[in-house]
Amino acid sequence: MVEHRRWNDILAYAILTLGVFIVVFPVYVALIASTHDAATVVNGNMPMLPGSHTLENYYRAIFVGGSRYSREPVGQMLMNSFISAAGIAIGKIFISILSAYAVVYFRFPFRKTAFWIIFVTLMLPVEVRIYPTYKVIADLKMLDTYSGLILPLIASATGTLLFRQFFMTVPDELLEASRIDGAGPFRFFKDTLLPLSVTTMAALFVIQFIYGWNQYLWPLLITTQESMQTIVTGIKKMLTTTDELAEWQLAMATAILAMVPPVAVVVFMQRLFVRGLVETEK
Amino acid sequence: MANVSLRSVRKTYPGGFEAIKGIDFEIGDGQFCVLVGPSGCGKSTLLRMVAGLETVTSGEVDIGGRVVNEIEPADRDIAMVFQNYALYPHMSVYNNMAYGLRNRGMPKPEIDTRVREAAQTLELAGMLDRKPRQLSGGQRQRVAMGRAIVRQPKVFLFDEPLSNLDAKLRVAMRVEIRKLQRRLKTTSIYVTHDQLEAMTLADILVVMNGGQVEQIGSPLDIYRKPATTFVASFIGAPPMNLIKLSGDEIRTQFAGDSRSAAEAGILGVRPEDLAISGEATAGGGITLNLTVEAIERVGAETFVYGTRARAEKAVSATPGELPEGEVIVRIPGQDAPAIGASIRASAPRDKLHLFSADGRNRIDI
Repeated sequence: MVEHRRWNDILAYAILTLGVFIVVFPVYVALIASTHDAATVVNGNMPMLPGSHTLENYYRAIFVGGSRYSREPVGQMLMNSFISAAGIAIGKIFISILSAYAVVYFRFPFRKTAFWIIFVTLMLPVEVRIYPTYKVIADLKMLDTYSGLILPLIASATGTLLFRQFFMTVPDELLEASRIDGAGPFRFFKDTLLPLSVTTMAALFVIQFIYGWNQYLWPLLITTQESMQTIVTGIKKMLTTTDELAEWQLAMATAILAMVPPVAVVVFMQRLFVRGLVETEK
Repeated sequence: MANVSLRSVRKTYPGGFEAIKGIDFEIGDGQFCVLVGPSGCGKSTLLRMVAGLETVTSGEVDIGGRVVNEIEPADRDIAMVFQNYALYPHMSVYNNMAYGLRNRGMPKPEIDTRVREAAQTLELAGMLDRKPRQLSGGQRQRVAMGRAIVRQPKVFLFDEPLSNLDAKLRVAMRVEIRKLQRRLKTTSIYVTHDQLEAMTLADILVVMNGGQVEQIGSPLDIYRKPATTFVASFIGAPPMNLIKLSGDEIRTQFAGDSRSAAEAGILGVRPEDLAISGEATAGGGITLNLTVEAIERVGAETFVYGTRARAEKAVSATPGELPEGEVIVRIPGQDAPAIGASIRASAPRDKLHLFSADGRNRIDI
């Protein structure tokens, strides 16, 4: 039995508050730093209250870029990140739902083998297969392209497994009713499975969008042109300067901007997700 | 409108399990056929074979003069009502009913007419825009029915459609299904394990056991003359009392009619044919000496459970039926003997059934 004691509650809340503080504080510092000018940030005494350079910093970050010629404005990088993250999420949903449909609903030769091969890719994230993957992408002349950023990250088993689990909870009678109603495999997929999978797709989209957005190693490897950089690699490059001060206020503004799209995706999709959880009935 | 014939239909699963062991019967145009039997007897498998959801290992399934073994379910001109209704959860009631028609490329106005007509019949007219989850169990059941009738198929197939409803609704829906079928005059096959549903709905009753047909006939014929002890104990509630008799006992019991020639056998007597009386009935018949063990009063009638004296031994035909030595007597009203009392229950000879010793055959005069 759980006993409710006053001191236990206070202790629990204290620990939780401390945890939240530890997580939120760096973000707060980044937010504050993005509102001061370069001199204030660099002199070592970070103020804890917002400064007066907010608009200027964000304007420069988004439209102008750093003071050096090599830095792209954040606008382009955000766009690159968004395209690749959305591409990864959508592409992954697309191939996962199709492969799961095949594995669950069709009896074809080597079906089990196919499933296990898909499953094994779970153990092969990009980092492990990075050399061969790079070779393939380079030979296909996809360096510095969106396809190069997106395609290698699409292929993995998480989505397939997720949809497979979901499809297995869909009652067989629905398939049988569809067959009697004259719906072939494609119609059953389009008219029944897809609408029922919306919430699963939303969940997968959230996970994969953030996964794609946070990719660092792969974009770093295959993008050489500044115009194809993603924001995560861009932030890093802002801080590696050889002969002058890093523009921390711009880097922090960029970091804050980089957080906005994934947060927006989580917030927006979560509503769909929760609505789906409440309403879904099979 | 169509006949349905099954000709030596068999089903063997890849594992070697033989679910259907050769079944032959014919359902006339517009008849209501009920397949009844205990769980695992193959009745649902058989229905699904008619629907085309299970392949036929050998034999022929014939709908309206056309062998449909190799024909897709959608092209067999059948409609099926599932036990869990299998409504499309994301579609409105209207779309649930219209879906099959749209897939066939029927023109929109005709779909609309048919759906609205069916909704009228089933009292769903006000709910066409709702989703299945917003409906009660009985309403979902009606939508499932509606989806079947808008198709105007040759055959309706029902797979235990009422077993998810509560008892009261089940009785109401049972009557409605029967009325609807009478009006539409569509050949129907209905699977159930509920012998009351089977008795009340069927034109032809098919009693199945272990993948085989035990008996086919009109419900009352089957009730009056069960062909095997299995049928005897499955049809009728409470089940028929079955008592093993030796050759000598048969000779005394059935002296003077041809049945006395049997070597050994099983005597059957329905609880409602037994009466509690002081003395043996005139003109032959049996009298059982019982000790009352339990009483069940259900209002209009009372069931008396008694055990027979040790010398008399009873058999039970199927597992889960009467425990050995127990006899049920069904008496009208609420007056019953006290528990522990000794009573004599008797039945006239023309109410007795005699089966061969293995229970597989009925022995008639």
